[in-house]
Amino acid sequence: MSLTESFTEIEIAVMDTIIARYPKSRSAIMPLLHYVQSIDGYVTARGIETIAEKLSLSTAEVTAVSTFYTQYKSEPVGEYHVGICTNTLCAIMGGDAIYDSVSEHLGIKKDQTTSDGKISLERIECNAACDFAPVVMVNWEFYDNQTPSSVNELVDSARNGKPLAPTRGPSKLRTWKENSAVLAGLSDGLAEEGLQAGGPSLFGLRIAQEQANT
Amino acid sequence: MSKLTPVLSAHWDEPDSFTLAGYKRHGGYEALATALKSSPDEVIAQIKESGLRGRGGAGFPTGSKWGFIPQGDNKAHYLVVNADESEPGTCKDMPLLLADPHVLIEGVIIGSYAIRANHSFIYLRGEVVHIFRRVQKAIEDAYAAGLLGKNILGSGFDLELTLHAGAGAYICGEETALLDSLEGFRGQPRLRPPFPAIAGLYAMPTVVNNVESIASVPSIIKNGVEWFQSMGTEKSKGFTLYSLSGHVVNPGQFEAPLGITLREILELAGGIRPGHELKFWTPGGSSTPMFTAEHLDVPLDYEGVSAAGSMLGTKALQIFDETTCVVRAVLRWVEFYKHESCGKCTPCREGTWWLVQMLKDLEAGKGTESDLEKLLDLCDNIAGRSFCALADGAVSPIISSLKYFRAEYITHLTNGGCPFDPVASTLFETAGA
Ligand SMILES: Cc1cc2nc3c(=O)[nH]c(=O)nc-3n(C[C@H](O)[C@H](O)[C@H](O)COP(=O)(O)O)c2cc1C
Ligand code: SF4
Ligand code: FES
Repeated sequence: MSLTESFTEIEIAVMDTIIARYPKSRSAIMPLLHYVQSIDGYVTARGIETIAEKLSLSTAEVTAVSTFYTQYKSEPVGEYHVGICTNTLCAIMGGDAIYDSVSEHLGIKKDQTTSDGKISLERIECNAACDFAPVVMVNWEFYDNQTPSSVNELVDSARNGKPLAPTRGPSKLRTWKENSAVLAGLSDGLAEEGLQAGGPSLFGLRIAQEQANT
Repeated sequence: MSKLTPVLSAHWDEPDSFTLAGYKRHGGYEALATALKSSPDEVIAQIKESGLRGRGGAGFPTGSKWGFIPQGDNKAHYLVVNADESEPGTCKDMPLLLADPHVLIEGVIIGSYAIRANHSFIYLRGEVVHIFRRVQKAIEDAYAAGLLGKNILGSGFDLELTLHAGAGAYICGEETALLDSLEGFRGQPRLRPPFPAIAGLYAMPTVVNNVESIASVPSIIKNGVEWFQSMGTEKSKGFTLYSLSGHVVNPGQFEAPLGITLREILELAGGIRPGHELKFWTPGGSSTPMFTAEHLDVPLDYEGVSAAGSMLGTKALQIFDETTCVVRAVLRWVEFYKHESCGKCTPCREGTWWLVQMLKDLEAGKGTESDLEKLLDLCDNIAGRSFCALADGAVSPIISSLKYFRAEYITHLTNGGCPFDPVASTLFETAGA
């Protein structure tokens, strides 16, 4: 596959099914951008052009949307994209220390990718998991209650092709491209894998149950 | 008797809680059957009477919002669920959807029926792939079971439900920005009026509701208005999810009647981590003015928190102990607002940039006490002068921290920098990891 060639007929047909979900075609722009990332790894020029053509928009209009949202990448990221939550609560509970340690361990800074193309690093904002702080996301899967050493181990495992499984997610970590396809609405059949709830999510319920039994 | 009232979280401990079978085991989709036997107006009246208020932050009565949708206008109507959950500290909707997506879907069908919508949307933040999978599978299963699609449960009511992933933009949680985003534009807030109830998605009458608001609907239909009203306080009825995070022994979700206090929740959660004490906390996410130990007994309902000078917001209780530097915490929040400012209006776009510069200097011990006045003055020129509430959120940690911790800002200046050791506030320092 070359990024200058056009998308395959099958890929174009998938784009049509995405567009068909919406009353107005323009609404499909976000899932289409996720879909382009699932094929090319980032938002490529051919992706922008194809979306523009499909939705009867100018390429400038599509670019204006893709650059607004941080999950759309203008350059390739790693096969495993690591986001360290450094919003206030996680930062203070250890996210800043985790970021410093893994950045040094990998020899890259935020928004950079290791030379083997395996790992990229980002500082992310609150990911709605503060009761599991410090939180790390890889390809937008949850890795809860992390420490500097656990994250170094995590990125090493990913570089060696055997990534540790998410704490609340499927039993095997998928690649950046595979997970981008899920966000485009293409099911990978893994919904039933993994926990229904992590420990902190159940804490209040457990207390209520204990109190009801006494 | 327990102070906790698990309703939404009641079955999260069952390994298959997210499946259709698991949901139905406890009477799932029975409320839908009941609602479809009433008229749409009766459903709206019930939700109005229950007193349910929006759980997305502002506390607007849900039934009234539904009642604003014009009837018999021959227009398409839409229900849009706000599952963008990105306000720092807020972490209730994501565990709810991971454990029990069907309760949201049941609520969506009932809500759509009430407002006469035949196509609804769930706008889910994009940075949670596994939750996307769970919700998508639940929607597929609901279609297969005849709970979505044509002629739902033989009622003649049709509904399509589309799950839509965001792509990392806090501002898309603001309801009009969300609608622009869902229409395929940059997510920037719209001028109101017109309100979404008149011209929302595709300029059609639209209701935007938070996940927890909609997920609360089936239990109200099933157990009745009086049951719901028996919990909570006079103007803040029912149960809700409080999310406790930070320097506590047991962080997590605590479902309780509105009006419980932080003191009571902390007692249940085993308190602040051993050897430490409460310094400051947010009642409802980073946009809500911070509180201190003097507010431990404030009733956590809409009125109680407002009377004490803050907002109930999303009930995101972020707890910080005495090892935490308040200036560092505030700077980091304000950096967030600067990063997330959509750029539409000048006070917020430029102002958050200035705020970050000033706070960075103060953290580094540069400046004089008069800079604190300048900082407050700047806040004054941003809050209430911007296009949406993001900017108000940006200044609230600054103003509230200066109210309670002015001396700590000054210590940074006299000390020539931050007097705190950041290692002391991490978790693994004490865990020895
Ligand atoms: C900057 C900003 C971010 C917001 N983020 C969210 C959010 O992530 N989820 C949410 O439900 N409401 C959010 N809101 C509130 C929504 O605009 C809206 O009030 C809410 O979704 C209405 O639902 P409710 O009536 O059920 O609470 C946000 C508001 C602002 C100003
Ligand atoms: S206040 Fe900030 S986020 Fe809101 S419209 Fe203005 S620039 Fe955008
Ligand atoms: S602050 Fe990190 S998940 Fe909320």
